[in-house]
Amino acid sequence: MRIGIVTFPGSLDDTDAQRAVRLAGGEAVALWHGDHDLLGVDAVILPGGFSYGDYLRCGAIARFAPVMTEVIAAAEGGMPVLGICNGFQILCESHLLPGALIRNDHRTFVCRDQVLKVENASTAWTSAFTDGQEITIPLKNGEGGFVADTETLDRLEGEGQVVFRYLGDNPNGSLRDIAGITNEHGNVVGLMPHPEHAVEDLCGPGTDGLGFFTSAVQALASA
Amino acid sequence: MPRVIVDVMPKPEILDPQGKAVHGALPRLGFSGVTDVRQGKRFELEVADTSDETLAEVEMIAETLLSNPVIEDFAVRVDS
Repeated sequence: MRIGIVTFPGSLDDTDAQRAVRLAGGEAVALWHGDHDLLGVDAVILPGGFSYGDYLRCGAIARFAPVMTEVIAAAEGGMPVLGICNGFQILCESHLLPGALIRNDHRTFVCRDQVLKVENASTAWTSAFTDGQEITIPLKNGEGGFVADTETLDRLEGEGQVVFRYLGDNPNGSLRDIAGITNEHGNVVGLMPHPEHAVEDLCGPGTDGLGFFTSAVQALASA
Repeated sequence: MPRVIVDVMPKPEILDPQGKAVHGALPRLGFSGVTDVRQGKRFELEVADTSDETLAEVEMIAETLLSNPVIEDFAVRVDS
């Protein structure tokens, strides 16, 4: 299974995401922001970092990168796409996911191991989990406050599109403790915390993050 | 060259942590009369002319790139 990881100018976690894909048994394919080409991959990850220096708004300029034309078309065609942190911001700016991410309500960068509740274990990226499972993966962001209007929030909750919720103290002011969401087909998932930093026991809070990548590899293998 | 100004502001219902931080600093500096601060962005676009066509294009630029309609409002005006 070939999973593409896009590198934008300012991406930080692309190599960690590549490593996570390999540990999950997939083939990691490096994709370049300036190419109109997905190199025939079966799924795409938009990694964390500060694409284009977070200028204008987080993800606002990356959303118009050449490769995003292909990513948006593929996502609308059902290809599994995962956006982590800055990748989540790019997915919202691209309108592949509803809502937006704004500066943390406490105005400071947060970096900690974060407990999440899996609310939807039937997406392309969460099938290795069970509904209600608690997982711990790192969270590190300055602009991770998820916001949307009440109608959108109600729809997300009603349709099961809230995939992860923060447990314990809300780390960034996200409405309704939402840490991650999916689109209506369950192939596009975005979240602020970083599963790719929790795939080996040697570093990070454990291996809870590995399930994201094994989910996709298994979903693609059985497709 | 005429100039078109695009002001982008966070929507009233959206939390503005930066504006709050600025507001919080004012009493420490001895300014007590300000009841709220909202922080936005101002863009200055140099354009060839200010025809309806150009302004319509600037509107489109403001809507697609300069602002995010989920969290921000924008206003376009010709600089006089």
